[in-house]
Order: sequence, then C-alpha cells, then structure tokens
Amino acid sequence: MNFPTDVKYTKTDEWIRVKGNEAEIGLTDYAQNHLSDIVYVELPEVGAEFKQATAFGSIESVKAASDLNLPVSGKISAVNDSLADTPEVVNSDPFGKGWIVKCTVANPAELSGLMDAAAYQKYCEERG
Amino acid sequence: MSEPLIYEISSPGRCGVEMPASDVPETELPKDMLRSNLGLPELSQLDVVRHYMHLSQMNYNIDGGFYPLGSCTMKFNPKINEDVARLNGFAFTHPLQDPQTVQGNLAVMWHLQEWLKDIGGFAAVSLQPAAGAHGEFTGILIMRKYHLDRGDTKRSVILIPDSAHGTNPASSAMSGFTVKQLPSDSRGNIDLEALRAACDDTVVGLMLTNPNTLGLFEEHLEEVVKLVHACGGLMYGDGANMNALVGVVRPGDLGFDVMHYNLHKTFSTPHGGGGPGSGPVGVTEKLVDFLPGPVVDAEYPDDGDDTPLYVYRQPKKSIGRLKAFNGNFGMFIRAYTYIRVHGAEGLLANTEHAVLNANYIRVKLRDKFPVPYDRINMHEFVCQGKFAGSDVRALDVSKRLMDYNFHPPTNYFPLIVPEALMIEPTETESKETLDTFIDAMRKIADEAVNHPELLHEAPHNAPVKRLDEVKAAKDLVLCCMPIEFEKQATA
Amino acid sequence: MTYIPHTDANRAEMLKAIGVKSLKDLFPDVPAQHKYPKLSVPAALSEMETWWEMQGLSEANADVNHYACFLGAGAYNHYSPHTVDYVLRRGEFYTAYTPYQPEVSQGTLQAMFEYQSMICQLTGMDVSNASHYDGATSLAEGVLMSMNATKGNRTKIVMSPLVHPQYRSVVRTYTQGMDISIVGDDNLKSDLPDLIKLLDQETAALVIQSPNFLGQLEDVKGLADKVHAVGALLIVVTDPIALGLFMPPGEYGADIVCAEGQSLGIPLSYGGPYLGIFATKNAYVRKMAGRLVGETVDSDGTRGYVLTLSTREQHIRREKATSNICTNQGLYMLAAAVYMATLGKCGLEQVARLCWHKSHYAAKAIGKLKGYKVITDKPFFKEFVVKLPKPVSEVNEFLLEEFDILGGYDLGQDYPHLKNHVLIAVTETNTQQEIDDLVEGLKQVMEQ
Repeated sequence: MNFPTDVKYTKTDEWIRVKGNEAEIGLTDYAQNHLSDIVYVELPEVGAEFKQATAFGSIESVKAASDLNLPVSGKISAVNDSLADTPEVVNSDPFGKGWIVKCTVANPAELSGLMDAAAYQKYCEERG
Repeated sequence: MSEPLIYEISSPGRCGVEMPASDVPETELPKDMLRSNLGLPELSQLDVVRHYMHLSQMNYNIDGGFYPLGSCTMKFNPKINEDVARLNGFAFTHPLQDPQTVQGNLAVMWHLQEWLKDIGGFAAVSLQPAAGAHGEFTGILIMRKYHLDRGDTKRSVILIPDSAHGTNPASSAMSGFTVKQLPSDSRGNIDLEALRAACDDTVVGLMLTNPNTLGLFEEHLEEVVKLVHACGGLMYGDGANMNALVGVVRPGDLGFDVMHYNLHKTFSTPHGGGGPGSGPVGVTEKLVDFLPGPVVDAEYPDDGDDTPLYVYRQPKKSIGRLKAFNGNFGMFIRAYTYIRVHGAEGLLANTEHAVLNANYIRVKLRDKFPVPYDRINMHEFVCQGKFAGSDVRALDVSKRLMDYNFHPPTNYFPLIVPEALMIEPTETESKETLDTFIDAMRKIADEAVNHPELLHEAPHNAPVKRLDEVKAAKDLVLCCMPIEFEKQATA
Repeated sequence: MTYIPHTDANRAEMLKAIGVKSLKDLFPDVPAQHKYPKLSVPAALSEMETWWEMQGLSEANADVNHYACFLGAGAYNHYSPHTVDYVLRRGEFYTAYTPYQPEVSQGTLQAMFEYQSMICQLTGMDVSNASHYDGATSLAEGVLMSMNATKGNRTKIVMSPLVHPQYRSVVRTYTQGMDISIVGDDNLKSDLPDLIKLLDQETAALVIQSPNFLGQLEDVKGLADKVHAVGALLIVVTDPIALGLFMPPGEYGADIVCAEGQSLGIPLSYGGPYLGIFATKNAYVRKMAGRLVGETVDSDGTRGYVLTLSTREQHIRREKATSNICTNQGLYMLAAAVYMATLGKCGLEQVARLCWHKSHYAAKAIGKLKGYKVITDKPFFKEFVVKLPKPVSEVNEFLLEEFDILGGYDLGQDYPHLKNHVLIAVTETNTQQEIDDLVEGLKQVMEQ
C-alpha cells in the first residue's frame, strides 16, 4: 500500500497536496482498496465553498458509499471531469490521475492539523 | 439458461387479448392531445405465457426449496390464503365504497386489528402501512407528534443499536431526526453504559429489534426500557423478528410503546419477489390518538343485537394518512386466514418450532462455522463464513449453497459480525430438510479448505454464473426498447 | 392446525442435540413474569371451516362483479386478462424473495427490467424504478426527490388542488418533519395559471395531475418551460390507461412521473396492494428512491440482470439513503408487466379508446337529463363531474337499492365548493346496458 510523503492526510481518508495557493485533493490508496471497484464519483460544482471536514461529494463502489470531505476550508477551483467516464482511475492511480478536486486554501493554518504519511500509515494499520 | 427480452420476441400486429368493439356510439378524440406512438411489445397470448413461464423457471422460491434467510422469515405460504384473497367479495370491492356495502371487509380488518393488539400487547393498531419500513416511518412520526403534543420541542435524536436494519436509520432521517448509533457489548446486547450516556432530554426514542439481528433476546431489556423511559424517550420495537415472540411474550408487556408487525414475515403473506408487504403499527394507550387514520371501529346497536356495525374512525390527533385508501388489504385477508387457521395455540407452536429449528442448526454447524455469540438463540442466529488457511469468504459459501439447491442465508449482515451468515429456518421446515442443509454446509466448509476454487467460482449449476455487478453500476443499462426504436436511435 | 412438520421423535432428537429438555427451555432470556400471556385470539379452525368462514365474510360485501361500478377516484374497475393471474399464481414468482442473489433470481430480475422498460415507453421517461407502495407514496417520494435534486436549497412545493386529495394528504404526512411549505392547494379553486404565478426561486417542484382528480386533461402546453425557468422540477401524476392514447408526460417535459398502476391488471382488492409507478430523467437516477435493475453479464459473458445503484438504498447508505423503502410492490409490478405484455401496443390503446367513448356516451346522456349538469370546461378521459339536483349520498343510495349500481364519488367530501357534485368513472367494463341503467336511475331519483 502506498503512503506518499508529498501529501497530507485526513482521518476520513482524503489526501491533500498543496501547490502555492491551490491544493489538489483525492482519496487515499488505503481507502480505494477498502472500497474496491469504484463505479461513481459525485463531484461538486466549481466555485462551491466548503468548510474544513465537510462533505463536498461522495464516492461509490457496488457495495459501499462514502462521503468525500474537504481537508481544508476552501473554494473548489477545478474538478476531475474524467472520473465521470473512468472512475476506476481512483483505484489504479489514487495519488495521480485519480485526483478528485482542486481548491483554494482559505486558511493555511488548518493544514497543520492533518497527518503526515507516517502518522496516517500507523492510523491505517490500527484499523486493519 | 437465458430467455430473450420481451421486445426481442415482439412482432408488429400481434396482440395477446382482444378487446371488444365499442357498444356505444363513438366520440371524436382530441387530435392534438394524442400520442404519436406507443412502444409496448406485441405478443400472442402463448408468447406471453411461455415468456413468463421460462422466467419463473429461473427463480428460487419457497415452494421449490429451503430459504434459510435471516431476518426475512421465509416460511411456507399456505395455499388457502391465495384462494381466499381472490374471492369475489374481497378482490372485487372498491376502496371508496360505502362502508355499509363492505361490512365483510371491515369485519376482517377489525378482527385483524384486535388480534394484532392481543398478540403484541398494544392498545390499538393501524393496518395502513404498506411494509415494514413504512411502519417504522409511521411509528417515528407518531413518536414525534407525541412529544410535540406535550410541548416538548427539543427532542431530535433517535437511538439505534449498531446491529439494526438499515431501514431504522433511514426511517429516522426521513422524519427529520438525527441518528445516534449505540454499540453492542460482548454478549450481543446493547452496551448499557453507552445507552446511559446517550439518554438525555433530546432523545425521541430508542429503536430496538428484539430479538436483535444476532437472533438474541436482549438480556438487559428491563434496564434498557427503564433508561429510555426515564429520560422521557419512547421505545420503538422493530417487529421484523416477531416470529420469535408470538405467544411467548408480548412486546407491549415488555415496555415497548410502538411497534410494527410484518405480515409478510410473521403472518405468512407471500414475499412476492420483493413485495407487497404489510406493516401494521401497534401502540400503547398514550399513543392511540396519533395513529394514522382511518382505523376500523365496531359499533354495537342499542337494541341488544350482537352483530356490530363496522365503521371508520379518524384518531383525534392523527399523524395523517400514510398511503391512499385502506392499506394492503389483500395481505390482511391472508394474515386473517393464517391466524384463524392457527388459533392462539398454533401460533405459539410456530414460535417454539421456529426457535427449535434455529438452535438445532446452530449446534450442528458451530464447529465448522464460528458462532461469535454462542448462546441459546431465538428464531435465527449468526455464524461466520471464514476458515483457517483459506481465503474463502461468506459470499463464496452463499454462492456454493446454490449448487446444493439451497438459497443462501443473509450475507454480511449484521454489520458488526465479519463474514456474517445469518440463518433463519422458520418453523415450517422439517428435520429432514434441516439435516440436508446442515450436511451441505458441512461439505462446503470442507471444500472451503480443500477445494476453495469450487467456492470461488460457484455457482456452477444456477441459471447464470456470477454476475458482474461493477459493470452493471458503471455502464448503466436500466431499460430496453422496441427493436424498431433501437434501429431508429442508432441510424 | 399448523403447518409444522415435526414428529414427536423429531422434536425429541432435536432438543437432545441442543441440550435442553423441552421447548419451554428455549426461552431462558424472556422475563418470566411476562412469559406465555393468555391470548384471546380464537381457537383454531380446520382449513375447511376457515374457507367457509372466509366465503361468508366475502359474501357480506357488494362487489363490482355483481353490481355495476361507476366509482373511480383513483382506483378503477378495469378488465384484467387471465394471463395476469396465471402468472401471479405461480409459486416461482410469489413465493420468491427480493432478488438480492441474482444467480437464482433471474426470473424476477428480468421481469423487473422489462417492467422498467415498458414504463419508460409508456410515460416517455428515461428511467423507472421497480415500484413504490402506491400512487400516493410514489408522489411523496417524488416530492422528496425534487428537494434533493434541487440540492436541498428549495423548500417550497406548489401543488395543484386537483391532485388526488389522499395523495396530497400523504405528501403532507411524509414531509411533516421537514422544513417545507406546500402551497397551491390551500385554495381549492386554483387553476394552472394561478399555480404558475406561485413559482419562484424557492420552488423545488410543481405537482400537477393529468388527467386530474376530476378526470380532466390539463392544458400542459408550455408548462414545463415555465417550471424549468425558475429552476424547479415538473412532477406529473397520471393514469397509465390514459397513456395508451394521450401524450405521455415525458413528451411535454415532465421531470418526474408518478402514477397508480392498479389499472394495469391489478384487482381492486378494496384498496391494495396496488402499484406505485415512478419514472424520471437520466439526470436524476442517483437521486431516485427504490430498487432498480440493470443489465450486465455473468462470468461466461451471458447476459443477466442485477439490482444496481444499491448505494442509494437504506441497507447500504442507512440514514443517508434516498429513502427508507425496502419491500416494494414486487408481485404487482409483475402483474402490470404481464398486463402490458398481453395487451401490448394495440390492446392498451383499445382499452383507452373504450374508456373515452363510453365515458363520453354516459356524460352526453346524463347531460340531457333535466336537473343534471355535466361539467365540461376541459376535455375529460374516463371520469367526469356531474352536478346533481340532490345530495350525492341520497342519489347513490337509490342507485344501489333500485338498480344494483355503485354510484360515483361524492366530491363535496374534499371540495366544499363541489357540494352535490359527483365524480363518475366509466371504463371498458361498463356495458351500454349498465350506462343506460345509470341514466335511468338518475332520471328516476329525480322523480322521487
């Protein structure tokens, strides 16, 4: 299982990669593995604003569905439209082509509350 | 085995039944309001009959075999019930007829209300809800209105154990409430400490399935009821597992304030491939006025005649109507017939034998399929489809059972038991059937270790092999159309 | 009697295996003080005695096979071809469970898929679910869906007063715990133009019925555009038999179509079980409640069917599900499918034509009677309104006593301004003789 170190992690299994004022957000390898074959990603509209840890969309496999929460407060600046036709990319490349949304970072201080790769890996191991 | 789609056997110009010509002078149609085409299939009557006959042959069913499906109570559907429901006077009466012209129907409804009250220990029953989930929704709306009527406006939380059916939280959410989930303890009961911590003046009530979905009777029920009532909350009983209780104990006596019955489980009305059900709701005295209306009442004339007049009555503070007309009446007829045939003694015997059958299977399987809460269970129990040294899962066991001509048990429920196989045999299955099932399960447990591929690839003998559910959800194909429409669409 | 197969020897052996002495030992956790209550359920009858009792009860009713029925108002005496009950009586269908195990449920699943397909054709919509409890709860679910589909930001529903009164009442029951206002039918005389004026940015949906509760076909031209212009959804309640002849709601821009499917071969059965038809556009498929069947293939590549998009449903999504519905009206969905397959394209149109001709014949004849007025401000399909010279109950009592006729629906119950107005339904099952008897009865009651 992959735990890249260039991103930060949430307890609800999203990752965030900050590049300047914008951040890229996706679902972790651990979570995609647990969901198994992803069949649908519900995406927000560009321009929508969300507070930290609130649901901006959802992701579904055949037998499970879970909310996608924004790791930091911000405004959606882009969504990965290709997931409409090929949601399975979240399974095959969760930290790359399987990114889900981009957003602005309203309050960079919120980032400090997120986990780094080592902490998240430990958190995943605890859950089995 | 596969059967063409109905549109694939359609040919323009065929018709399965001819309607007569008009016996009255015709009136001109409003041309600008008519439809241009109607894409229904065109089949001869024999085509129709063969099509559905072939489809029927691809179905597992109770008349054909054993359905050990936990929490579903797949008991025998007595054949007299079907004939009774089709009697002219029942099947061909209109729901809006003057009650004076349908006293037979109202008598059936009134008696059924009375018997369900008696069986459940409640003060009143409404027959209106169409299914279990519909009954839950009704019950929660009743609880809601009860609190509001007392001027208690801050209650907004429904407590639900983690072993509950998914309909419980969904029904709560539909009523505008938030759900607080309660964990189970090591014996499969509600965790009392968690319950104590959750009980405050925001609690609407607790929804409890008893016996729970592990098939276990709540050991601390008295304590649970006390805690919930002490904080001003109400006890909701999910009657899905009532087949474990009829004649043995009445939920009303145990402190439940409101409960739904599932006529399609406990009272033998057929499941019909997914419905219709019927989910009457019973309530204690303080909730009687909130029932959905109308309910049936019996009025006795002053002249001493003991034949009552049956009438409809609207409860005073009713939450309103849950569906149009009078509920799933065809199911009332069947449940009435069932209760009439059994009498009180027969109903009790059913419960005892349902519990006997379930415990018998448990003790015969527990060395091969771990039972996480291994004590005397009620009408069902939960074991696990996992095997040391094998990657076989509960789902594989289920699919393999099909090869032995059994329907699988309920899988992966309750959620608190990994690889759950939930088994409910019901009282109408013989020891011989149970023994054959037990043999099959034990063979499968051995196969899981020695020939896991047999399970992974199962079923081998069913009409189709394992189906690709991912493809179904990703490349959504939810309908087909007449062949000529398809041609036009692709042209 | 019971249906328990156990012999004494079986019981003894099973109890021994479990390690208890008697059946009474199987309930150790049940509080002793409440155990074995004395029930007042009457003593058992034999099957034969039960049959006699049930026959007796059924004969205490006046049924539509022995009385001429002109009562409709949401439940209709249509003819059901014999193929329908033949299929419903097959144990392979009616004793089957919900098709959660698709490998052994292909019969039910394919029948559901075909039902969905035929409903799409009939309504002109993209997608149909596998049923709700009835027309009323289908509408309630439609209203809830329109609120979800407009992202929960809109809290107003505009509802025509000519939607079935019981359906409107069910919608209110369903939404009582929610922050939502239902307007439009507070004025029972509101017409479509009045309703359109109520549409605004807060509106999640406009609900109309056509043919409406009075049997009239609404003028729907351009309606959908006006609804969509404010970002709301158009919900249409309709009658499937009317769709054999008239323009389907999908063609005039409906977003959600709800209907009572009882007319499609399902017996009146004193109000249920019936069938809630629900269809919508592709765009809303994930907001829809209820079971849905999709096509797929098995591991050999053979075509097959499964329940799909289950993540919308309660058993997976729990409190976040689109609805709490689980059990639906499966068997009566099958009835409707067999009905549509048997009658087919020509047959359903013929039924609709017969309803049209016969109801118009009846309306014309009644209109000629002195003292009676048929309301004809809009075209009607199989039901129409007549203003009576006497209270409806009085007229109906006379028709029942003297002519063995079950008269129409008393509209004054729901619409105070329609006191002494009756709603008369005429279907293909009403013969000319019956209609002439009705006219004669109405004539005679005037002379009383």
